[in-house]
Amino acid sequence: MNWQVMIESLPALAEGALLTLELVAVSGVFGLMLAVPMAMARVSPRGWVKALPMAHIYFFRGTPLLVQIYLVYYGSGQFEAIRSSFLWPYLSEAYWCAIIAFTLNTSAYTAEILRGALQAVPRGEVEAAEAVGMTPALIWRRIRLPRAFRIALPAYSNEVILMLKGSALASTITLMDLTGVARTIIARTYTPMELFLAAGLLYVLLTFLILGGFRLLEKRLNRHLQPR
Amino acid sequence: MIRSMLALLLGSLIAVPVFAQDTLRIATEGAYPPFNFIDASGEVKGFDVDIAEALCAEMGADCELVTQSWDGIIPGLIAGRYDAIIASMSITPERQEAVSFSEPYYSNKLQFIAPNASDFGPGDASEAVIGAQRATIAAQWLQDNVPEADIRVYDTQENAYLDLESGRLDAVLADVYVSYEWLESDEGAAYEFKGDPVYDDDKIAIAVRKGDEALAERFSEAIEAIRADGTYQAINAEYFPFDIY
Repeated sequence: MNWQVMIESLPALAEGALLTLELVAVSGVFGLMLAVPMAMARVSPRGWVKALPMAHIYFFRGTPLLVQIYLVYYGSGQFEAIRSSFLWPYLSEAYWCAIIAFTLNTSAYTAEILRGALQAVPRGEVEAAEAVGMTPALIWRRIRLPRAFRIALPAYSNEVILMLKGSALASTITLMDLTGVARTIIARTYTPMELFLAAGLLYVLLTFLILGGFRLLEKRLNRHLQPR
Repeated sequence: MIRSMLALLLGSLIAVPVFAQDTLRIATEGAYPPFNFIDASGEVKGFDVDIAEALCAEMGADCELVTQSWDGIIPGLIAGRYDAIIASMSITPERQEAVSFSEPYYSNKLQFIAPNASDFGPGDASEAVIGAQRATIAAQWLQDNVPEADIRVYDTQENAYLDLESGRLDAVLADVYVSYEWLESDEGAAYEFKGDPVYDDDKIAIAVRKGDEALAERFSEAIEAIRADGTYQAINAEYFPFDIY
């Protein structure tokens, strides 16, 4: 065990951990923004409304994240039409390719989680809202969505943690995330045990941070259930 | 009864390394044409593979070829997953601390490639986006000599060429013979070498575990033998119209 190499690598690994956290946070926010309307369309009784989100969810849940990253990164570079379009300044950056792939991937899973939560909102509460004369839009805003978020939260925290670990694949498209930094240092020192162990510990630390954040959020959202 | 079974089990565990000496397990990458690559039928081919087979025939050893991703190839050797690496590996001081090398079996240079239309030269490297394969001397040369450049490291050499084609990279730094092969292909037609080689004292050799110097010595003798009897030259001619020794 070479402790020296582990300690010396810590600053570089910490920098990689920051990029990892940033990738998860940015794609998490974008993913959630996509997932909410998709889940709302997904629970629609009308076939043509739910067709598009269903296709999206099937594709991104049915293919490996690595394949999706390669499709966005190497796939987009193959077409002259894309390379000369306004999209290329973004698609030429590995960072945005990773964000796009992660966003699309997590939005599919999150939409499914929200779909389940929306269907779990007690019928009676929606009926009560209708009975007092709320418009459908108001029922979505005041009853269905807030209730669904609360129900979905534990499952959603799981998805964010899976995303954190999935983000290690960003290292395959030249990004220097936590795994990328570890692999690049190993290329010089040939100490995979030490570096992957250090990187693993940092991943555990990030997981605890995320879990802690969700615990606080859950407490706040369910404060009406707390004993006074 | 149980004790004798355990003894037998333990005995067979200890005996494994002794049996393994009869067949040599040799690792190569399989993503580095024309030196080692996997062809359409799924077989590992290339200069390194032909040399490995010639050396094994010369040494009278039974060889088994395995493929291993590049950035794990030295850790895998140290962990005992195979006995030697024949994968166009350069001798570097860092690697010599981790493994032992045979005598070189070819020499290599590092040279930049960029689009024909580009006026990129080695002097512009510090302001350019440059690609190289992770854990290669090209990546290391860039980190040591032009740290201010935007250096992108790829898992395989092929992915670096793909990104040169997409325009994400201004230039790629790689081994000349590997680039030579790619420049000869259809994809590489619009690209060329830029400037002189930036590094030309790169010796490629066979790596073995520390303490296995006797095996390295057997490889060195075999290399000399196939150089002397013309086997090496015949293999060389199949890949390059010039001598790469």
